[in-house]
Amino acid sequence: MKKYKDLSSFAKTNIKCYGIVILAFLVMYPLQSSGMISHSISGQLVPICTYVVMAISLNLTVGFLGELSLGHAGFMSVGAFSGVITAISLSAAVPSPTIRLIISIVVGGLFAGIAGLIIGIPVLRLKGDYLAIVTLAFGEIIKNIINCLYVGIDEKGLHFSMQSDAALGLSEMGRVIMKGPQGAVGITKTATFLSGIILILFALFVVLNLVNSKTGRAVTAIRDNRIAAESVGIGITRYKLTAFIISAMLAGMAGALYAQNLSAVAATKFDFNTSILILVFVVLGGMGNIFGSIIAATLLYMLPELLRGLADYRMLIYAIILIIVMVATNSTQSKQIIAKIKSSLRTRKSNGEGADL
Amino acid sequence: MTFISNLINGISLGSVYAIIALGYTMVYGIAKMLNFAHGDVIMIGAYMSFCATTYLNLPVPVAILIAMCVCTVLGIVIEGLAYKPLRRATSLAVLITAIGVSYFLQNIALIIWGSAPKTFSSVVPFGSLRLFNGGLIITAESVVTVLANIVIMISLAIFTKKSKMGKAMRAVSEDKDAAELMGINVNTTISVTFAIGSALAAIAGVLLCSAYPVLMPTTGSMPGIKAFTAAVFGGIGSIPGAMLGGILLGIIEIFSKSYISTQLSDAIVFGVLIVVLLVKPTGLLGKKIAEKV
Amino acid sequence: MTKMVPLPSKAIIPERDAQKDPILETHRLGIDFGGLTAVDELTLAIGRTEIGGLIGPNGAGKTTVFNLITNVYKPTRGDIMIDGKPTGGKSVSQVSRMGIARTFQNIRLFSDMTVIDNVKVGLHYSINQSLLSSVTHLFGYKKSERDADERALELLSFFNMKHLARFKAGSLPYGEQRRLEIIRALATNPKIILLDEPAAGMNPSETAELMENIRRIRDKYQIAVLLIEHDMNLVMNICEGICVLDHGKVIAKGTPDEIKSDPKVIEAYLGKKED
Repeated sequence: MKKYKDLSSFAKTNIKCYGIVILAFLVMYPLQSSGMISHSISGQLVPICTYVVMAISLNLTVGFLGELSLGHAGFMSVGAFSGVITAISLSAAVPSPTIRLIISIVVGGLFAGIAGLIIGIPVLRLKGDYLAIVTLAFGEIIKNIINCLYVGIDEKGLHFSMQSDAALGLSEMGRVIMKGPQGAVGITKTATFLSGIILILFALFVVLNLVNSKTGRAVTAIRDNRIAAESVGIGITRYKLTAFIISAMLAGMAGALYAQNLSAVAATKFDFNTSILILVFVVLGGMGNIFGSIIAATLLYMLPELLRGLADYRMLIYAIILIIVMVATNSTQSKQIIAKIKSSLRTRKSNGEGADL
Repeated sequence: MTFISNLINGISLGSVYAIIALGYTMVYGIAKMLNFAHGDVIMIGAYMSFCATTYLNLPVPVAILIAMCVCTVLGIVIEGLAYKPLRRATSLAVLITAIGVSYFLQNIALIIWGSAPKTFSSVVPFGSLRLFNGGLIITAESVVTVLANIVIMISLAIFTKKSKMGKAMRAVSEDKDAAELMGINVNTTISVTFAIGSALAAIAGVLLCSAYPVLMPTTGSMPGIKAFTAAVFGGIGSIPGAMLGGILLGIIEIFSKSYISTQLSDAIVFGVLIVVLLVKPTGLLGKKIAEKV
Repeated sequence: MTKMVPLPSKAIIPERDAQKDPILETHRLGIDFGGLTAVDELTLAIGRTEIGGLIGPNGAGKTTVFNLITNVYKPTRGDIMIDGKPTGGKSVSQVSRMGIARTFQNIRLFSDMTVIDNVKVGLHYSINQSLLSSVTHLFGYKKSERDADERALELLSFFNMKHLARFKAGSLPYGEQRRLEIIRALATNPKIILLDEPAAGMNPSETAELMENIRRIRDKYQIAVLLIEHDMNLVMNICEGICVLDHGKVIAKGTPDEIKSDPKVIEAYLGKKED
């Protein structure tokens, strides 16, 4: 058996990431099933899982592809609603809720992937802040359109309308799935903590493998130096689009899971603020640092919950913590201090090693 | 007649966007950062003016002046505490900090004023203009907003062209390091930019709430995002671009509300933005920057 | 020493390449930037295994020529042929895949990636790995990565850099960064490699090693080299054909000896003598 410190950085990252997720599951699952944790925390488990997946997937776009996306919640939204429509449509045909959940997550991922393709083609031609604002715009457009969407189902199949539920023309047997601004209603709660953990593991598998592959190297190369990447023959659009679509698909899958943990969900849930929230997870966890994304998403999602006792002040404290952390980790002075501490630790360590000889 | 009245409403709304967009664009041009908290400074400005008129019974001009002073100080303090230490950090780190500031301002407002909307009484003491025997009604707010916009635009243009500080601002926006070597105090210049942007935000807040009199802690966010869009639309960093982008955005929004769909108007506004950026990737009046190989 | 064969209106091609078509040809190439002509009437040919030099005073348009050849700039006039095929309408990456590789005046490495990964990015198109095997790490992933590692290490050891394979590219000393950039370019399996001021910032012993390496590249891989350089010692020593550019126009072409004695070249570098 190799020693941990001799392993490649890829293997180390793998062990850390999969390890923490499995560990979290092993600790939380018995607690949850035996009812030893409070209802409010056990209700947070699936949302935490989905936000971890969101952070992992956004890290692919922001950390590895190096493009700032401010509309990631849009893909979550597409996945959530296409997933819910699928699940409700299949409620008669597929009796097993687990299989229905799996199918709806896959469908949610596919639709979000298609949205990623449609959005990615124009967006990825732009650069920097302009790209960011267009992703924001697309996120708002998705929210706006879904907000006007009415969907119903009867024995003839699915009906769509942009007017009202009456305009759907459903038969007496029919039921309305989406009611415009009210969003999707009458969802059967099929999401479980286990399914959330499996989705995280799947996202980790896809992203960690991808990063350590030919495709991942091309994507990282484009981020580091686009002109050099082009000069060695890497097709910029193709690889940017690949990463963007995979990121969108994972977000869609997370969305489908998220929605099926609720009985009703509206499009406004997946707005600009949600996109920003996920971006905060990624930035605080460290760009390109998947392990950091997992930790940051969990802690920051829990933080308002933990501050609940502070009532109205909790979001204020959240904001202050956010500002302090950002300033402390990014300002010139604090960077110098960190560098000093690191170098003093290093000299102490090498002195210690010297003494051993 | 409805067409003309829509056009006037559009220009009026667009003027508010333009004034907010000026704050975004000036800060972006000089500090190269997206100040996401700008929209919330508007909200604070509106609350200040609201408090001054409602609780202190002060006259409107004094109230606006108080709002401007508070926002100016707020802008300088935010810049000094949150953004200044990050001058050499990545733009993403600054962006997240700005988001933190935005949350902070919204929640401070929530604690002080509560989440219940306040009804903002218009600061404009005149009635509406009735033309063509009532066929065309122009609200006094529209007139005042458009006039304020024109005055601000002209004074800013003169300020940046003629004054010493204005020239310093242009120099810093071209090249921060070179400006510093020429003896320009970059920190002061950036602070002044924030001060001007924030003072304008206070005016925009008062005008916005006079036309749409619902005041809440989140009042500033959507107009903030729209104005930011307007700044990008016109070419971020360009003052005339912010003006043009803001007004066009206002017109598009009002027209799509009245002729296409009320619910889809935001989608249409953002759709137009996307199309413009695809045709002109740096906005309508933005400079094209060639990458050196 | 190889004999030089003059071709009408083209550069001097070594005799060993004279019977074959040139690897790179430009015909009356020109580009304007907003009305300003940066390069004009550039007609040039590089032999299959030639080491060619592109020299000229600062601002003569040398790097612009490289950017034109690699399609980073789209030419306003004229044609470029790589291995007999025109590059018009192709993207930068497509042109690269036609067999042209380059380095940059200001080093452009993937500085956050390891040295070996930089080379593997260069090997990109010869790695046989589908997106599916990228994502799953199955279906031949192991073999394709092993092959890539093997080839990358082989290239690195050819330039004595194997021991640095796991370091971050950005942490290397300057000279080694330049060398890595050349290795990465070679990894694309080019037919011609363009070097933009490869000796800039190097001391004499590093320059001597670089000259040796350029010759070794040509001899081992049997490819052409076209370089921009200000170090006249290097240029006169290793280039077989030289093209002198001034104000975007070719003012002289020939062997190093011919160039050294060309009055127009001396004038371009030193200015006209006052009469």
